[in-house]
Amino acid sequence: MISVRNLHKTLGTQHVLRGVQLEIRRGETCVVLGRSGCGKSVLLKHFIGLLKPSSGQVLVDNEDIGALHERQLGAIRKKVGILFQSGALFDSMTVEENIAFPLREAGVRDRREISDRVAEALEMVDLAGEQAKMPENLSGGMRKRVGLARTIVSRPACILYDEPTTGLDPIATDSINHLIRRLQKRLQVTSVVVTHDMKTAFHTADRIIFLHEGRVYFEGTPDALHASADPVLQDFVEGRSGESD
Amino acid sequence: MNVQSLGRTALGFIQYLGELSVLFSETCVSVASAPIRWKLFVRQVLEVGFRSQLVVIVTGGFTGAVFAYQTYLQFHKVGMDSAVGAVVAVSMFRELGPVLTGLMVAGRVGAAIAAEIGTMKVTEQIDALRSLGVHPIDYLVVPRTLALLLSMPLLVAESCALGILASIFVGTKVLDISEAYFISTMVKFAGGSDISMAMIKGFVFAMIVVFVACHQGLNTKNGAVGVGRAPTEAVVISSLLILVINFFLSFALNIIYPVGR
Repeated sequence: MISVRNLHKTLGTQHVLRGVQLEIRRGETCVVLGRSGCGKSVLLKHFIGLLKPSSGQVLVDNEDIGALHERQLGAIRKKVGILFQSGALFDSMTVEENIAFPLREAGVRDRREISDRVAEALEMVDLAGEQAKMPENLSGGMRKRVGLARTIVSRPACILYDEPTTGLDPIATDSINHLIRRLQKRLQVTSVVVTHDMKTAFHTADRIIFLHEGRVYFEGTPDALHASADPVLQDFVEGRSGESD
Repeated sequence: MNVQSLGRTALGFIQYLGELSVLFSETCVSVASAPIRWKLFVRQVLEVGFRSQLVVIVTGGFTGAVFAYQTYLQFHKVGMDSAVGAVVAVSMFRELGPVLTGLMVAGRVGAAIAAEIGTMKVTEQIDALRSLGVHPIDYLVVPRTLALLLSMPLLVAESCALGILASIFVGTKVLDISEAYFISTMVKFAGGSDISMAMIKGFVFAMIVVFVACHQGLNTKNGAVGVGRAPTEAVVISSLLILVINFFLSFALNIIYPVGR
């Protein structure tokens, strides 16, 4: 569904991505792992055209989205939705207005239909009945769930998760992990999860891609990552910094 | 300041003007090609126009009153009391009304626009808009631009009207100038060309305020520090641009609308 060919990205003076090559297959849940600052979120934002490649190509359903103008990306963004790290809810709108936003933008005007679809999306993320709340009155985990409801309400074919469990307590993290799996089964979507959380990776992934120094360092199943003897991968999986007290 | 840093400053300024021009052209493209969001437009008219009235009325009213008093003190020495009304009216329309309204709106509305859009930028709400297939220019910039282009000339008119009414009150009731002479000289010397000049300036200043503020908001970086900086810079830059551009605009418009015609 998504192909990345020799992707380079420079932000300011920093060469973040240095020739990334990867494929995201339709229907799979692919986890992109890597240390903080290795370019995972930068890579993810290329999949939906929020960032333009410095060089290389990003193809969504064989269409090079790097060559498209902002106004031409609308069709791609109907296929691919993203859950931002912070949820990125519109803070002047209620939960219901946030989730209804993509529907209204798509031209849905029937209030009953909007209300039903918002309720259904909230039910899918286990937040039924929270329509009237303002984002400021939600916890971090709830914001991410509402953000996810806003993403899935228009039924994209692919959902991108940018650090979905960062900043959450272990129970909220586990709950979000189950939610990702459940949505994948229920909606049959392609999912790309960017994280540095090993629990999230092993719980949700069909396939894991490990980014290191701006390139794909490892690609394989969670079991293959676990079994790898590569010191870089082992240090990451075990959480070893190599420093001593 | 050495030549290098002077060159860097000049290049930075040219780049800034270029960015403003790009924002302006993108806004024109959006107005021409994308549907206008009338609900957001009405909300912005209320926010930037209707709610700016008090500050504009107070500014215009007291400026007209004090300007009438100061002019009277000078003109009284040469027995030209009745010319006070004309001087105040022409000055209010041509300079004080538009400039003071522009500065007040830059402070109230420009700061609010930059802070709101800046907060949306650093909290990824603008990326969220884009990810949902909504162009930020269509959703954020166009409604604010149209609202300010409509509201600003009306606010300028309001400010000028209040300034002139205040000067009539001060001139005739406080300074005891003959009401008939005061108003007849005012009507004789202040006319359609002065009002046109006020409206054109209001229109131009609206563009300065809205594009500077939106540009600052859309380019906000560095979290809370950036959000704090965006409105300050928006107010400072738009105020300076209003004052500088007003100088050249006065010269240009005076060719089209000479005083006293």
